Order: sequence, then structure tokens, then C-alpha cells
Amino acid sequence: MAKDAPAIRTERLNLYYGEFQALFDVDLAVKPGIITALIGPSGCGKTTLLRCVNRINERLGYVRTTGRIEVMGEDIYAPGVELAQVRKHIGMVFQRPNPLPLPIRDNILFGHRIHREGPRVRRAEEDRIVESALREVLLWDTVKDRLDRKATSLSLEEQQKLCIARLLPLKPKVLLMDEPCSALDPKATQTVEEMLWELRGAYTILIVTHNMAQARRASDECVFMLMGKLIEHGPTDDMFVTPRDSRTADYIEGRYG
Amino acid sequence: MGAAPEIHPRPAAADRRDLAWWVDKSVAILVFTGGISAIVFILGIFVFITKEGFGFIFGSLDIGGFFGSTKWRPTSTPPTYGILALLAGTASVTGLAMLIAVPFSLGAAIYIAEFAKGKTREVLKVLVEMLAAIPSVVWGFIGLMVMNPLIINAFDVPVGLCVLNSGVILGLMAAPIMTTIAEDALKAVPDTYREAAEAMGATRWQIVWKVVLPAAKTGLVAAVLLGVGRGFGETMAVLMASGHSVNLPTSVFDSVRALTATIAAELGETSVGSDHYRVLFTLGILLFVVTFAINLTADLIVRGIRKK
Ligand SMILES: Nc1ncnc2c1ncn2[C@@H]1O[C@H](COP(=O)(O)OP(=O)(O)OP(=O)(O)O)[C@@H](O)[C@H]1O
Ligand SMILES: [Mg+2]
Repeated sequence: MAKDAPAIRTERLNLYYGEFQALFDVDLAVKPGIITALIGPSGCGKTTLLRCVNRINERLGYVRTTGRIEVMGEDIYAPGVELAQVRKHIGMVFQRPNPLPLPIRDNILFGHRIHREGPRVRRAEEDRIVESALREVLLWDTVKDRLDRKATSLSLEEQQKLCIARLLPLKPKVLLMDEPCSALDPKATQTVEEMLWELRGAYTILIVTHNMAQARRASDECVFMLMGKLIEHGPTDDMFVTPRDSRTADYIEGRYG
Repeated sequence: MGAAPEIHPRPAAADRRDLAWWVDKSVAILVFTGGISAIVFILGIFVFITKEGFGFIFGSLDIGGFFGSTKWRPTSTPPTYGILALLAGTASVTGLAMLIAVPFSLGAAIYIAEFAKGKTREVLKVLVEMLAAIPSVVWGFIGLMVMNPLIINAFDVPVGLCVLNSGVILGLMAAPIMTTIAEDALKAVPDTYREAAEAMGATRWQIVWKVVLPAAKTGLVAAVLLGVGRGFGETMAVLMASGHSVNLPTSVFDSVRALTATIAAELGETSVGSDHYRVLFTLGILLFVVTFAINLTADLIVRGIRKK
């Protein structure tokens, strides 16, 4: 794979929920190691596109996809691809924080344990994994004394950080986030954004957001979608200052919902 | 416009009682009577049973002999009332039934809730509900007419009415309700948990084993307990399939007699007010206390789930 090859690439991606077509010929190339924001009015297909990248859409039996998606150069729709392996390298963060109803520690170790090959690792090794994951999301100092407490007892902000932290032991290449801050208050949003900025570089982050200010603050590149189509993709600064497409301009200036 | 428009239409007479009012009142009275009479009946039954049962307890009960002796000979002279064998009968049959029913019903519940899709799932659910509706005397009949010769032939034993027979029958009887309740418990686990695990690359079995079962743990325990309660209180099928002979079982091919079956079989033949008559009520109290404790525990556990 060439050095600057895209981390995620879609080619003529179409998606149908039964009869309803939600994505139309989406061609997207997401650069590695940066934060790319996915923006657009409600119902334009941001979540749908994001959920194609780890094929979690297929939980619904009636979804049909055509086209191609490559993640780190690998066609994830190729026959013979193991979903478990695909998803191991592609972490996903949901709109509502959804930690498992397990202790904090077990939440962090969950992915590690289901993908572990060979014998159980020693407790000290597990402790190290837990600590480094929690440090990466700036949560270690707040929860280090209550790792055995249920993760669901944390505040929403902490839960969402935990949901990011639990992906890291698997060393994912790509992190997909669907409006990760929409359930948080402005202050929590800010700390999560700061944390994302810390993760930038080590991971390729594709983040859906409804919040223009957030997209502008916390992304390197921006993708604008409208009614299932990709309208414009470029550096965030350029897009917000001199959008190429008039529809992008309309949206950025708040003329759509 | 002519006369000043009526801004506030005159309200209807505030004390008017229309049809809806009468319907409402009578339904309220009906429901109230229904509810109260249920309570009255239960209290009545309770008073009746305790009056007779405690009559024995305070009259002629010798605790050590009652619980410690296997000699249930109410008709010999002098009569002896040792219930150890009856307790052992009930316990062995219920125990075997649970050994059979728990894995089957949890397996069925997991399959229905987590793996089966669309039509299969609907058909299975209806089947399980139909199983639950089979009257217990029919199960007893199956025990007598089907299982009995089957056991005699398969294991080369003289009688097929034994712990094995009634345990299997009782297990089959308890399985549907356990399946239904266990399935509800699994269904109550939010789908976001499954989605989160799936997005991390967990396989379906890993999701069931590491996420869904732990999350549904208390509900599953409640399902099992309700099954135990069902087995403990079951009478007719056990009476027909267990052989009904007073016995401390040493193998699954021994005939046994259950507490419930003893009451059912003997109560009609005792004279009202006699010691034998009253001791059967004492057995009733014992059954009542045990099933009540089991159901209460199950109920508390289920409530615990709801609160979370
Ligand atoms: N499970 C589904 N079944 C059928 N149609 C769906 C489903 N999920 C989404 N859609 C439809 O697909 C289109 C795109 O939805 P999607 O959720 O991707 O939009 P979105 O951009 O994420 O919107 P929002 O900003 O509100 O989250 C919408 O018209 C929606 O109604
Ligand atoms: Mg969305």
C-alpha cells in the first residue's frame, strides 16, 4: 500500500433499505491519520454511510449494498472476508454511549479477550492494557480507583470516553464515530473533542456531526452529503470559507435544517 | 353580526350524570368486588388450611419423627406420620426434572431469542405456548402409557413408574414456562449491547455468552426458580408416573411418592377431623410455604431487574 493511499475508499457505493435507496454512487477517499467530518442535513445518509464501513448495517436483514469499499487497501465486501476480522480493525462509537453492563475493566478488555489467540494473558498484562487505553482517552485518573464498578454507573461523558477506550486495545486503524457528542453537554463535548484531537495521527477518524461549529473546530477535512449523495469533500478550512458547491454554501450558512 | 356573540358557551349542568358516568361507576364497583373477593377467597383458603393443619401441628406432632422418619403409615395401628420419604420423593423427582428442563429450556430460549428469525421464531413460540397448555393429566397419561413400557423395555426393569419416568414428564411440563420466561429475560437485554459487541467483531455465540447471558442473569434465575416451583407443586402427573410407593429412592428406577400426590390420593379416604385428615393439611401448609418462598424469591429477582 502506498504511503498516502486512502484509509477508507468507497467506489460507486449504493445502499438500499429494502426498496428505499439511501446512498447513491458514493465515491469517497478518506486520508489516513486525520479527522474527517461527515456533515449534512438530517436524513441525508451520514449514519448509513458510516455504518457501511464496518458492515454493521447488515444487522438489518433487508439492507442491500452494491459497489466497493476498501479499508486500508482491503476490499471488505470481498467474498470470504471474515466480518469479525474486518471489525477488529475498525472501531465504532455510537450516538448514545453504549458501554456493556460489565465492570469498567471488563469493558476495556472485552475486545481484547474475544480476539485473543492463544492462552489467557496474565493479569498484569491485562492491567497494562486497561491503563494504557484509559490514559489515551484521558480517563485514567478519574476511574483508576473504581475499575470494578459497573461501566453504566459512569457519567455519559465518561461512558462515551470509555466506549472509545475499549476500541484501542485492538489497535484499530480506523475509528468511526456517529455523533459521539450529541448526548453530551457543551463542556463534555469540549473535553471529548480535545481527546479526539489527541488521538489524531495514530488513528484515522471518520466522524459524523450535526454541529457545524464542531466540524469546523475538530476536523481536518469535511465531507458534505445531501440526499444520499456526496456533494463536496475538501479541507475543512477551505470548505467553510469558500465552498465550491452552492448547496454546501447554503447548508453551512444554515439554509437547510 | 347581530347580537353579541356568545363568547363562553354556557357549561352543561355540572352535576349531570350521563351514561358514561353510570358505566364508569358500575365497572368500578364490579372490578372492586372482583379484586376484593379474590383476596377474601385466598384468605379463606388460608384460614381453612391452617386451622386444620395447625390442629395437627399443635396436637400430635413430633417434629423429629415427622421430618426424620421414612415411615408414612397413616392407616396402621398406631399410625406413624414420617414424611422423609415423601420429601425425598418430591425432591428427587423435582431435581431430576430440573436437570432435564433447565438446559433444554435455556437452550430453547437462547435459540428463539437470539438465533431464530422470522417464521421459525414465530412457529417455535406458538409451539412452546401450546406445550404449556397441555393439561397435567395428559402428561400423566403419557407417563403411564408411553414412558412406562419404554423404560421397562429399554432398561430391563420390572416397573417403569419411577423417579426417571416422573422426572422426565415433569421436566417436559416445566420446560415451556421456563422457556417463555427465560426468553422474555433475553429479549429485555437492550439491543445496543449486542450492537456494541458486534461492532467490535464478536461472533454471535460470543455475544450470547459474554454479553446477553450475563445481562439477563437474574431473569434466567427467576425462570429456573419458577420452573422449580411448578415442579414442586405438580400433582396429577407425578401421581400417575412416579409409582406412588413410599420409598427412599436409591436409583432413578425406584418408585417414589410425592407430597402432593399423597394429599391428592389420601384426602378423600380419611374421616374429617381425624389425625390423618389433619396431617394432610399440614403437608399442604408445608407445600404452600415452600412454593410461596420459591415464587417470592423469583418475584423479587424479577422486580430487581425492572428497577435497574
Ligand atoms: N433502518 C432503516 N430502514 C429504512 N430506512 C432507513 C433506515 N435507517 C435510515 N433510513 C433512511 O435512510 C435515510 C438516511 O438515514 P441516515 O440515518 O443515514 O441519515 P443521517 O444523515 O444519519 O440522519 P441524522 O442526521 O438524522 O442522523 C433516511 O431517509 C432514513 O429515513
Ligand atoms: Mg445519523
